[in-house]
Amino acid sequence: MGWFKRTEKGITTPTKEKKETPDGLWYKTPGGQIIETEELVKNSYVSPTDGFHTRIGSNEYFDLIFDEGSYEELFASMKSGDPLGFQDTKKYTDRLKASQEKTGLNDACRIGAGKTTSHELVVACMDFAFIGGSMGSVVGEKIALGIQAAIDRNCPFMMISKSGGARMMEAGFSLMQMAKTAAKLILLSEKGLPYISYITDPTTGGVTASFAMLGDINIAEPGALIGFAGPRVIKETIGRDLPEGFQTSEFVLEHGFLDYIVDRRELKSNLDLILRLFKS
Amino acid sequence: MATVYLDFEKPIEELRDQIVQTNNIGTNSEVDVSATTKKLEKKLQDTTKKIYTNLTPWQRVQVSRHPERPYTLDYIENLCGNDFVELHGDRNVADDKAMVGGLGMLDGRSVMIIGQQKGKNTKMRKHRNFGMPNPEGYRKALRLMKMAEKFNKPIITLIDTPGAYPGLEAEERGQGEAIARNLREMMTLKVPVICIVIGEGASGGALGIGIGDKVLMLENTWYSVISPESCSSILWRSWDYKQQAADALKLTANDMKKNKLVDGIIKEPLGGAHANPKETFSSVKASILEHLAELDKLNPQTRIENRIDKFCSMGVVKNK
Repeated sequence: MGWFKRTEKGITTPTKEKKETPDGLWYKTPGGQIIETEELVKNSYVSPTDGFHTRIGSNEYFDLIFDEGSYEELFASMKSGDPLGFQDTKKYTDRLKASQEKTGLNDACRIGAGKTTSHELVVACMDFAFIGGSMGSVVGEKIALGIQAAIDRNCPFMMISKSGGARMMEAGFSLMQMAKTAAKLILLSEKGLPYISYITDPTTGGVTASFAMLGDINIAEPGALIGFAGPRVIKETIGRDLPEGFQTSEFVLEHGFLDYIVDRRELKSNLDLILRLFKS
Repeated sequence: MATVYLDFEKPIEELRDQIVQTNNIGTNSEVDVSATTKKLEKKLQDTTKKIYTNLTPWQRVQVSRHPERPYTLDYIENLCGNDFVELHGDRNVADDKAMVGGLGMLDGRSVMIIGQQKGKNTKMRKHRNFGMPNPEGYRKALRLMKMAEKFNKPIITLIDTPGAYPGLEAEERGQGEAIARNLREMMTLKVPVICIVIGEGASGGALGIGIGDKVLMLENTWYSVISPESCSSILWRSWDYKQQAADALKLTANDMKKNKLVDGIIKEPLGGAHANPKETFSSVKASILEHLAELDKLNPQTRIENRIDKFCSMGVVKNK
């Protein structure tokens, strides 16, 4: 038996340990910089040479935010139903299964509850790897339950958005998740608990038009695509090229819809500061 | 009577033509055509009924976009007559022509009516931006809703949009934020809110004025997260699967009601709202008054709690 032979079939790594890191030893950023993957990981998945923020998943964010070993995942087993029996070129149930196998995730959002620099915090984080981070019933329900968990623990709530928008295969149900999450945030607000919305690349559609923009504090990663309509649709609608930097975090900040931009490497210390300022 | 016919309405058009021709023969000659006319009219009635009781989802989408279908201002004119004052502007950027609203008298009671507005001809369609509001449209709507709350007037929203406008300026002025804010603010309005989809209910652009104690759909309208055409283009990578997409999205009033995503359906006259706008207006009016009477019995706090609970319970998941 060769030393490289798999002894067990299938994916055996639990979701918690799955890392959505760039494959291979080297990583090339869109800016053309080549860096060692190991170095990238040590640098919060931010390219050390040009500051490019690579796309990462919930697991990486939880590791970045929570104090070591302090968080637990809530509602982990929740999965999508197929309320409409949706089928396009593929069955929705097959798409779900394929995505689950490929990513090791159950759906496009995970809830972590724990401590960040000793502050209690509930974080809902979207996974773009799972059907484009699209919001169906599970994403809406998990966010709603995550907000409830923050209310129950009497602690702030943080949302990390990274999504193409609503999940078409749940049609009307996915649309109403916008309403549902907005409604649930009111209950958090009534308790006087802060809601921090951290918007990452990319965040568009129904996610931008609901919870992502409703933070007490709206912050974003640098260089993220943030918008309601996607750039391609806008380009087709207006029939001309879009200006440089359109719909980036910096653009959205300039137009007054973000409080500030925070580098992922400084996220944890910044969170500590905001949470202290809210608390004292 | 309709003058524009959809492709599946051809048999209706042909019968109408036959009736007109028969009547012409009757007036221009001595021939007695009354029996023929009567027969044709009966046939027209049956054909219309047959077509309209078996509409496919895609056909309903087409009816919802019929160019002669009544739009928001038609409803307002017929429901309130002269007792309506249109209010303009979001007090910030502009007056959005794709979103209209104002105070009107409905059956002796002052209400705030707000809705997307489409144009009736090419020039007006452009003027109304095809019923696609910019952020200032949603902000105008919110301003009027807050005013209604202040003066304790119920709010009626009429939804008819192919979507919020996907434009450059719309992004600069925060389309996403404008809609998101409306979702949140409408949840806690102290006055009764009734939302009615009167035509197209496309995605966040529709939902942006769609948070109500009662959300109703006219029989031949659609309400979903995306239009069948866009859905086809994204999931099938071709514009040719709009009929399949319309089926798959379960976007009709019946399906939305069955899935508990809307609260009720308002029947349309035979042949669709455009075939008999008067009857449509009176059904809509009756429905509003009935629901208002019911909502009046609840105190504001209960209404808000019910509203929040209703939207929070939407969705289907496994292994909760």
